[in-house]
Amino acid sequence: MELKDKLVSSFLAFENTIDVDSSVHDIRSEAIKRFEMQGFPSKKEEAWKYTSLKNVLKHDYSIFPKEGNAIEFKDVKKYFIHDIDTYKIVFIDGMYSSHLSETTHDKIDVCLMSSALTNDKYKAVIDNYFNKVAKEDGLTSLNTAFSKEGAYIHISKNQLADKPIQILHFSTGSEAAQMLQPRNLIVVDENSHVQIIERHQSLTNNPVLTNSVTEIFADKRAIVDYYKIQNDNENASLIDNTYIEQQGQSIVSVHTFAFGGNITRNNLNFYQKGEGIDSILNGITIIEEKQHVDHYTLVHHTEPNCESHQDYKGIFDEKATGVFNGKIIVNKEAQKTNAFQSNNNILLSDKATINSKPQLEIFADDVKCSHGCTIGQLDDSALFYMRARGIGEKEAKALLMYAFANNVLESVKIPQLKSRINKLIATKLNVDIGFDL
Amino acid sequence: MLEIKDIHASVEGKEILKGLNLKVNAGEVHAIMGPNGAGKSTLASVIAGKEDYEVTQGNILLEGEDIEELAIEERAHKGIFLSFQYPVEIPGVSVTNFMKTAINETRKAKGLEEMPAKDMLKMIREKSELLEIDRKFLSRSLNEGFSGGEKKRNEIFQMAMLEPKLAILDETDSGLDIDALRIVANGVNKLKTKENAVIVITHYQRLLDYIVPDFVHVLHNGKIVKSGTKELALELEEKGYDWIKEEVKG
Ligand SMILES: Nc1ncnc2c1ncn2[C@@H]1O[C@H](COP(=O)(O)OP(=O)(O)O)[C@@H](O)[C@H]1O
Ligand SMILES: [Mg+2]
Repeated sequence: MELKDKLVSSFLAFENTIDVDSSVHDIRSEAIKRFEMQGFPSKKEEAWKYTSLKNVLKHDYSIFPKEGNAIEFKDVKKYFIHDIDTYKIVFIDGMYSSHLSETTHDKIDVCLMSSALTNDKYKAVIDNYFNKVAKEDGLTSLNTAFSKEGAYIHISKNQLADKPIQILHFSTGSEAAQMLQPRNLIVVDENSHVQIIERHQSLTNNPVLTNSVTEIFADKRAIVDYYKIQNDNENASLIDNTYIEQQGQSIVSVHTFAFGGNITRNNLNFYQKGEGIDSILNGITIIEEKQHVDHYTLVHHTEPNCESHQDYKGIFDEKATGVFNGKIIVNKEAQKTNAFQSNNNILLSDKATINSKPQLEIFADDVKCSHGCTIGQLDDSALFYMRARGIGEKEAKALLMYAFANNVLESVKIPQLKSRINKLIATKLNVDIGFDL
Repeated sequence: MLEIKDIHASVEGKEILKGLNLKVNAGEVHAIMGPNGAGKSTLASVIAGKEDYEVTQGNILLEGEDIEELAIEERAHKGIFLSFQYPVEIPGVSVTNFMKTAINETRKAKGLEEMPAKDMLKMIREKSELLEIDRKFLSRSLNEGFSGGEKKRNEIFQMAMLEPKLAILDETDSGLDIDALRIVANGVNKLKTKENAVIVITHYQRLLDYIVPDFVHVLHNGKIVKSGTKELALELEEKGYDWIKEEVKG
């Protein structure tokens, strides 16, 4: 049976296993209908022209979370940022692991979607926010239909989350092929601040397909720093659908470190709903072999005096393929918008490719918008110069690549995370010098 | 120290060095002069190991060892330093971090531990004072937006940091005003010992007033066509290169 048919026909069985509020039930039922109509995206769609899910969809995935798989912290410690104190929401094969997690209800709620969807205490927040900014495309609808588990984070007014929050999804390989559909909701009230680190990690070579949806609401003057670490193994694919709604003077930054996996698609959407907002989208992509990473971003400016800053750096080796599609919409009312976008790429092999496309739709006349895209190779004369000073070829190349990606790394606000990313990059580039630029 | 025997080198199929011989002993300063396009920078690049140049014949020996098979960085580790005629800009890498990496990579190649941060800072301070380089300069991206003179001074600063056995200075004087020329020359002279050697490539006698050569060679059409002592430089300054070209023909 095709994956689509399997999902659609499993829906009723799935619905029966969980007991949710009727409003969520209605949302799910509508969503499965939309998925049934739209299905998975194909390359015929403009938005999916360069990313084919065909090979990923052909596996016979188990589609329900699997209970009872435990992992020891020591075996997965390296996937955590463990040298600082953090809250942790950890899932194993789609099921919550209380053993590996550290949650709280003390002033801030860092807990589970499954309890938020069923517990009366959260009803008001769920009614206000659940599925309110997520789009209605096929993949998002599919996730909505099966939404059950994920992270639920609510930072109430005037709170500074006392430590960063890590969201980790592990898959153990207990199934021959597994599909995961985590659903996260993050609500940050007025004047509050939170830092979140998210990672999907497969512990197996069995195929894993994750179709994740995250909704983030940043109320007035809220500050949200979100970091996505994507460094999965060669049979793990990720479709990350992130939707962010920002109110006046809020600042939301999302850093995406895409260091590999099979196919990675990041649908990152920012919707500005007030004045004086800043939206920051940063990314470093370093991939090789036949890996594929597609960043598909949208920033929608609707009110005056807002900014957006996008800076994506990509390094592609061997047969790796990259896509950057950055859409910026500036409504007629959104005067004095400053929207910047840059996408710079280095191709290390003549078989690697990048497709980079800005899409600007600007309806206001008093705006500053700029976009730039570069595709180049490493500078040979710089390499000769560096090697002539005693720096080995591999290290010289790595140093040039570090320098290339450095401004994105610089903007990481958690020092331990920054040094971890540094090490990941050093490992990716196969050098044992952590350049501290 | 360095012995170049009948070297022939070409780039893109065109022969540039056509049987060049040169012998430099420890403790000596050699000047190489010659008209534009003679092959001076090519010689420097060939010694440093630049891969665009194909050595078709001859040998280069460093302390008796043939270095033909050595990579660029391995030559650097053995003590060859090239001060570039056109130093390359490297955005995003500060002068300090570049130097740290270069020194520690060289130490690593020699099986030594990384230099302790304290010693590194001390050395950077001393050597930058020697070249009268402002501290602020050291945190800027390497060569990016530097004036011609600043680039050259920074080259000699790096030479001071790396303490090479054989330094090749390719037109280090071009782009320098007289004060900067004095600072650079003074730096080079301070670094000179009985154990190391310097090859100064220049168009002009001017630099040789400050860095006094033991030998002067004229490179023309890919060969050393005349060698002498420092008086030869004065003669060239006075009469130009045409008489040498005539001499070679005749
Ligand atoms: N990379 C290169 N590709 C093609 N021609 C080159 C290259 N490098 C040098 N040449 C040629 O070799 C000759 C010698 O150049 P060069 O060594 O720079 O001379 P000099 O430094 O004495 O002025 C010139 O004719 C120059 O055009
Ligand atoms: Mg030259």
